[in-house]
Amino acid sequence: MEKNPMRRQLAIMRQALFDQGYLDEQFIQLEELQDDANPNFVEEVVTSYYRDSARLILKIEQALERKPFDFNKLDGYMHQFKGSSSSIGAKKVKAESTLFREHCNSGNGEGCVRAFQQLKQEYATLKKKLEAYFQLARQAGPMETACRPK
Amino acid sequence: MSTASSSAAWKAGDVVPDRFPAGLRVLVVDDDPTCLMILEKMLRTCLYEVTKCNRAETALSMLRENKNGFDIVISDVHMPDMDGFKLLEHIGLEMDLPVIMMSADDGKHVVMKGVTHGACDYLIKPVRIEALKNIWQHVVRKWKNEWKDFEQSGSVEEGDRQQKQSEDADYSSSANEGNWKSSKKRKDDEDETDERDDSSTLKKPRVVWSVELHQQFVAAVNQLGIDKAVPKKILELMNVPGLTRENVASHLQKYRLYLRRLSGVSQHQNSFMSHQEETFGPLSSLNGLDLQTLAATGQLPAESLATLQAAGLGRSTAKSGVPMALVDQRNIFSFENPKLRFGEGQQQHINGNNKQINLLHGIPMTMEPKQLVGLHHTAQSIGNVNMQVTSHGAQSGQNNSLLMQMGQPQSRGHILNDATVGHAPRLLSSMGQPILSNGIAANVSTRNRIPENIRAPGYNPVSQASSMLNFPMNHASELPGNILPLGSTPGMSSLTSKGTFQEDVNSEIKGSGGFMPSYDIFNDLNQHKPQSWELQNVSMTSDASQRSNSLQGNLDLTQSVLVQQGISSGQMNGQNRSAAVVSKAMCSAGDFSEQRNAQNVNQHFNTLLVDNTIRVKSEIVADVSPANLFPDHFGQEDLMSALLKQQEGIAPAENEFDFDGYSMDNIPE
Repeated sequence: MEKNPMRRQLAIMRQALFDQGYLDEQFIQLEELQDDANPNFVEEVVTSYYRDSARLILKIEQALERKPFDFNKLDGYMHQFKGSSSSIGAKKVKAESTLFREHCNSGNGEGCVRAFQQLKQEYATLKKKLEAYFQLARQAGPMETACRPK
Repeated sequence: MSTASSSAAWKAGDVVPDRFPAGLRVLVVDDDPTCLMILEKMLRTCLYEVTKCNRAETALSMLRENKNGFDIVISDVHMPDMDGFKLLEHIGLEMDLPVIMMSADDGKHVVMKGVTHGACDYLIKPVRIEALKNIWQHVVRKWKNEWKDFEQSGSVEEGDRQQKQSEDADYSSSANEGNWKSSKKRKDDEDETDERDDSSTLKKPRVVWSVELHQQFVAAVNQLGIDKAVPKKILELMNVPGLTRENVASHLQKYRLYLRRLSGVSQHQNSFMSHQEETFGPLSSLNGLDLQTLAATGQLPAESLATLQAAGLGRSTAKSGVPMALVDQRNIFSFENPKLRFGEGQQQHINGNNKQINLLHGIPMTMEPKQLVGLHHTAQSIGNVNMQVTSHGAQSGQNNSLLMQMGQPQSRGHILNDATVGHAPRLLSSMGQPILSNGIAANVSTRNRIPENIRAPGYNPVSQASSMLNFPMNHASELPGNILPLGSTPGMSSLTSKGTFQEDVNSEIKGSGGFMPSYDIFNDLNQHKPQSWELQNVSMTSDASQRSNSLQGNLDLTQSVLVQQGISSGQMNGQNRSAAVVSKAMCSAGDFSEQRNAQNVNQHFNTLLVDNTIRVKSEIVADVSPANLFPDHFGQEDLMSALLKQQEGIAPAENEFDFDGYSMDNIPE
């Protein structure tokens, strides 16, 4: 089938995401939840994540514009963000959130700002990669994640 | 968002025991929509019934509206509208459901907070599906503890003890601290019990501190002044016939503890980690509050009681306003909790809550000797109450036991009762109604029968279980109104399936033994040697461990079976009535999976009246289990044929009865 090469490509893309540390085990958990009843579950979750976390990112940005920093608030937002990110398996994003929180705890405003920039970058990168991944997946035909035995 | 099902039982599990928790009704609360989505999917994959909620307030009102609608709650710690721990406390107080906390925060202090607030588990996000697969253990544990408590108490007050002990158990699952408190509670319980035992004669009905009674009490205390209030004077002021000084004394003791706790509660709320019991001492800031509290408690508890049923938990008492609001709520709950010294607001709340609920619901049950007479009337109300209280076994068990204790010798029935209560909290609650009426026995018998039928067909393990049911059988005669019958019924259902399935329908009936009245009738009908039932029961017990899976299923099954059985027996006209009531109750309460099951039951109800029990059974079984198990696949007709097939020894029906094992777990070996 012509789809096979696509699927192969999809598999490669997917593996790369794991190898490069963008995704972790949790993403596989999501994949395993996907079934015939919810054939696009993973994509739906990721879409939901990006939609909700975008609001959080905005809140954090606004909070970072008010000086002095309200570290408690910032920590609170980041905690939420971290929770979301970890639930979809966004490994790098999660790591950056942890770093941010550490800076919050130590009252390091500079560190927070830096960490936040990093975080936004990782967040955007992952988003692009996942979008490409899902697009390919849709083209490849019925959602059949490469990890599943055929 | 799926609506919370009103069923009181878990979905009948599949045949495979390890799928037992299927149908567990979970309420998951998390403000993060992504997490909520994932959790929901995971829980569905575990075959649980999921209701998701993104706000704590919504969750609370859902729980309040349908106290019997959920088995377990999973909640996030950090939520915008309400702190997860607060929600945890509320739930523990009001509904006494097991609550699992979760958070991305794995800091030790947060986890500790969860533990001390009474969470039965703490999950770190991201949550894996493996972690969710085992959450049913918390529900089982709770029921089992309640059951055990029930068993141990062995007296009228066992209900109280059960509450306390189950709460204890709840705590013990979270920390040693809980254990310590548990033992303390138990001791208090015993003291209380002793006091009551000494003062009351055997036949004296247990005094239930109803709202009115309590209000009178509080008014008397306030009139005398809390310091000067002595039982004798309070008694005189109250002028309630039949109330003894001892009753008042024990109530006063509790009240005092409750007040003390109130003053300490506010502080406690602020410092979650504080375990001090004498919280009221160091809380200088609370002094003013204390007075208010005291003043308010007088009114609050009574009002709370009144509103409790309306699930107006903290809201209605808010009149005291302020920070006291929380305290008030607690007061209400903790009032009944003699273990105030624990200083663990939550625990106390739970105790109080349980107690309160018990009391409230106990109102109709107070008249034990006259229960049979009035049961019928109160059946409905009790049923309602049961529904409310049966948040999780504890209360329902309690209620049931009270209901069951209709002046029947409890010596032997205790164990059975306990067993009954333990594993079939929900069942009991729904059963409570039928039990109340004379027809209960019939219902019970019916239940037993049906389960057996179902089991027998393909149930290999069943044969082994026979030993279990012994007790129901033995006590059948002794438990006219005993809970045991109730208990056995659920057990029976499970047992029957597990235990030796005697093709004989009669044997099934025997199982219900607990209910003498019906049992006798059934005996006539079924002429099957009771032994078979016994055997079945026995096997059930032994298989309890195996059964744990299907407990839920059994409950559902039994419920429907009961109703149907009662109807089919046809002998009990009166019972039919009750059966009708039961069926209604069951339909509403027990039909966890689908509404149409209830309809099925109703329909069957009519058919049952006419037909023989066997047929009824199959119908019932069909309705209950298959529908529940495979709602998409089975229609009524399918169920029927499935049932009929079962009777022929086909295994499919067994699936439904796997839950029997669950009930067996509860039955003490």
